[in-house]
Amino acid sequence: MSKIRRFLGTLSLWSLSLLLAGCSSALLDPKGEIGVEQRSLILTSFGLMLIVVVPVIVMTLLFAWRYRHRERPAAYQPDWAHNNWIEAVVWVVPCLIIAVLAALTWHTSHTLDPHKPLASSEDTLEIQAVSMDWKWLFIYPEQGIATVNEVAFPVDVPVRFRVSSDSVMNAFFIPQLGSQIYAMAGMDNDVHLIANHPGRYAGRSTNYSGAGFSGMTFEALATSEQGFEAWVDKVRAAEQGLDYPDRYAELAAPSQYHPVEYFSSVTPHLYEQLLLSFHDGAEHGDSHDLESATATRSDAADHRVRHHHTDQRDALRRQPARTEAGG
Amino acid sequence: MLGKLSLEAIPYHEPIIMVVAAIMAIGAFALIAALTYYRKWGWLWSEWFTSVDHKKLGIMYFLVALVMLLRGFSDAIMMRLQLAMAAGGSMGYLPPEHYDQIFTAHGVIMIFFVAMPMVIGLMNLVVPLQIGARDVAYPFLNNLSFWLFAAGAILVNVSLFVGEFATTGWLAYAPLSGIEYSPGVGVDYWIWALQISGVGTTLTGINFFVTILKMRTPGMTLFRMPIFTWTSLCANVLIIASFPILTATIALLTLDRYLGMHFFTNDFGGNMMMYVNLIWAWGHPEVYILILPAFGVFSEVIATFARKRLFGYTTMVWATVAITLLSFIVWLHHFFTMGAGANVNAFFGIMTMIIAIPTGVKVFNWLFTMFRGRLEFTSPVLWTLGFIITFTLGGMTGVMLAVPGANFVLHNSLFVIAHFHNVIVGGVVFGMMAGMTYWFPKAFGFTLDETWGKRAFWCWLIGFYLAFMPLYVLSFFGAVRRMQSYANPEWQPWMILALVGAVVIMLGIACTVIQLWVSIRDRRLNADVTGDPWNGRTLEWSVASPPPHYNFAHAPEVGGIDSFWTHKQRGIEAVDQVPYQDIHMPRNTVAGPIISLFAVVLGFALVWHIWWLAITAAIGGLVSFLARVFNDDIDYWVPAAEVARSERAHQQARDEWQTNGSAQGDFAPAELRG
Repeated sequence: MSKIRRFLGTLSLWSLSLLLAGCSSALLDPKGEIGVEQRSLILTSFGLMLIVVVPVIVMTLLFAWRYRHRERPAAYQPDWAHNNWIEAVVWVVPCLIIAVLAALTWHTSHTLDPHKPLASSEDTLEIQAVSMDWKWLFIYPEQGIATVNEVAFPVDVPVRFRVSSDSVMNAFFIPQLGSQIYAMAGMDNDVHLIANHPGRYAGRSTNYSGAGFSGMTFEALATSEQGFEAWVDKVRAAEQGLDYPDRYAELAAPSQYHPVEYFSSVTPHLYEQLLLSFHDGAEHGDSHDLESATATRSDAADHRVRHHHTDQRDALRRQPARTEAGG
Repeated sequence: MLGKLSLEAIPYHEPIIMVVAAIMAIGAFALIAALTYYRKWGWLWSEWFTSVDHKKLGIMYFLVALVMLLRGFSDAIMMRLQLAMAAGGSMGYLPPEHYDQIFTAHGVIMIFFVAMPMVIGLMNLVVPLQIGARDVAYPFLNNLSFWLFAAGAILVNVSLFVGEFATTGWLAYAPLSGIEYSPGVGVDYWIWALQISGVGTTLTGINFFVTILKMRTPGMTLFRMPIFTWTSLCANVLIIASFPILTATIALLTLDRYLGMHFFTNDFGGNMMMYVNLIWAWGHPEVYILILPAFGVFSEVIATFARKRLFGYTTMVWATVAITLLSFIVWLHHFFTMGAGANVNAFFGIMTMIIAIPTGVKVFNWLFTMFRGRLEFTSPVLWTLGFIITFTLGGMTGVMLAVPGANFVLHNSLFVIAHFHNVIVGGVVFGMMAGMTYWFPKAFGFTLDETWGKRAFWCWLIGFYLAFMPLYVLSFFGAVRRMQSYANPEWQPWMILALVGAVVIMLGIACTVIQLWVSIRDRRLNADVTGDPWNGRTLEWSVASPPPHYNFAHAPEVGGIDSFWTHKQRGIEAVDQVPYQDIHMPRNTVAGPIISLFAVVLGFALVWHIWWLAITAAIGGLVSFLARVFNDDIDYWVPAAEVARSERAHQQARDEWQTNGSAQGDFAPAELRG
């Protein structure tokens, strides 16, 4: 099985790289273990499908040509419309291939589950990624810093990206590292990634989110441990901090092609507060100044007061469950 | 008085739109002038607009679909041109707010106002004839369905010149489509265009479901129905089961937008994930509503032109039924990356792959229908062969997307765009082109020009591969859908190649337009006098082309699959031993167009919050409907003498043709065989 998989993988890798020769392909040149597994998964499923696809294409051309209308036609059997053997083969072969693919799917859906922590001797680094109109805010809760449109982490250290949104749906994706995940307001989503090679990798939102969507890109820097510390120091040296909700509201105002920004400090539990702010309809960094929206918001003012006393941790514990329920 | 509507709603500052508006205005003016000059208004109204004849409605559906194809394709080529330009810091020629409207309109138009009416148009034209019925079960509803669909199409086109269209993507994901993030009228146009045409589609679904189940000719059991009728039956079951979901989902979004409710908002308990689930619970069956009838077309075409019975009829039926059922339990594969757990993702991934099994079986059945046949390479056959190869590749990439682990990197990328165009162009468009060529003589009494038909095919086929293979490549570089511009200049050559492909497809569309022109010009040369130009197998070929409005003088007796073919083989002529009888037929109706006119006004008024007009239009529509309900004069009898006259005329023409036919030698199939 694994031999066949490796053979198919090599075969399709070879044919695909021929196709893409000379170009730097993010998905076929992954820089982290998740991405590497996903490349082999794509190539394996591609190879398995070719078992059916190639014969179908060959048979189409062959049958069409051989049984074309002509002076002295090949065997012609106008009423031949059933054959148990053929019926059996055309059901069984696809069933077998799909059975293999289904097993592969079940297995990889679990191994590549974005919520699954990565096994590593290193401690996991947590980075909170918040999509805004139209930029990415990255919060480092342990380091107490935040950045916009640039994220850094050491190589070979598993990173847990907790992903949420300040506005509409987006998706957090660094193609060369693997899996993307949706960013949704009030939802605490997460994806575990790791970089095994240092480098600068392009990241972006993949889920269309409005006028500034095309510019919603960021750069991911995978550095050495020292490089990461130096980068953190550089961010800490920034003159501005990120206070919630005032400075945050300023940042959340829609902007396109937002430049990289560093924040030397950040209000503690900003990410959690942002999540909660959507749950009772409380005010948050709101710049979409619409009459109807503000009107309904003030109606719920007393709700807000009551909910502020809820134990924050309790509310947070409900989060992953909600995200799962959506799926 | 006019709600949100003011003169500022007209986009004077957009030169592209104004030029389009001018061209369309000139075209419309020319059409109106011509109709007036030739005094055709009365004819148009009484023979077409108010007609309840399923054949005429089918033709009108297809005609509107072809016009909308031009609109949807203009959007496509504008997008391709933009992306060929907007690389490495360039913003191209379309600003985001315009580009976003274009890709939204492209998706909405191509699915709802091109693919759907083509499929429904073919069903209208063909299904009653294939089952030996004289009309559909509810002829008035059929007319109303068409006009409600037309009303939706009108609203979409109005949005081009008055206001704006949605900038949300074709499925208008919440919360982006909510009032907070889309305060303009674009989403409202989307809402009302889809709601109004959606009612029409639901009515069509019910209508054809009942028609197929209740109005089959004696002897035609379910397992003797032609495959196109089978696939239509399944598609209509899908319509009945899925369109109410769309209607309800959009209704909830409407409540959010108009009454400040919170079904799908970010806050106050709204849940955008619910929206995504609901819209795809409709959206996935929707793609099978489109593709199943296309499968039916290919089955008819391949059996007819291979001069052979369809291989594995029963298997084909069960595969269709299996796809119908499975299509309802795969919707989550559209958003594996939402963050559901591994078990959920794996379940939906595996269910999706299982659909590949019955689909694969169908492909093999088409192949074995060719096996030991005598395949004529007519243009419908070319479309079918192009389909088998293209669709198989699209199916392959579909299975790759169905693996959640792989989907995590392919989702929302151009891979998805390439994949669904691979199956929708290769499946639905090719199928509809094949179906159009195949049944055109039945509708109009003359065949389409083969030379231009084949040119159209080759342009579409080559253009498709040039346009969409580069997108597969680009997805591996990390290019995503719905980008208005991109920074990486390495992507540009592939984008330019895709533009070239789109231009080649445009040539294909031009070929079809020329084909129609040439065919109409040469209609006497290509006349189909016998009613059976392809030596067909099913009942629609047993009547004249075009068929008399009552279709069948006598309800034909059916003894098996392909019974018309069997009759011909055994030399049984459908001679009328029995005397003709009066035929009961439905009367034309003015209610359909009038109710839909009110629907257009209602939709427009709701878009612009012109409440008095909305109320007036709603009352007007209701009153027209009630007037129709209480009208008893809705049917009439065609006298037996008239039936006899029309049948004899057809018989005579056929006999004359058979005596002189060999001398003329320009009968279409003979030419095709050459």
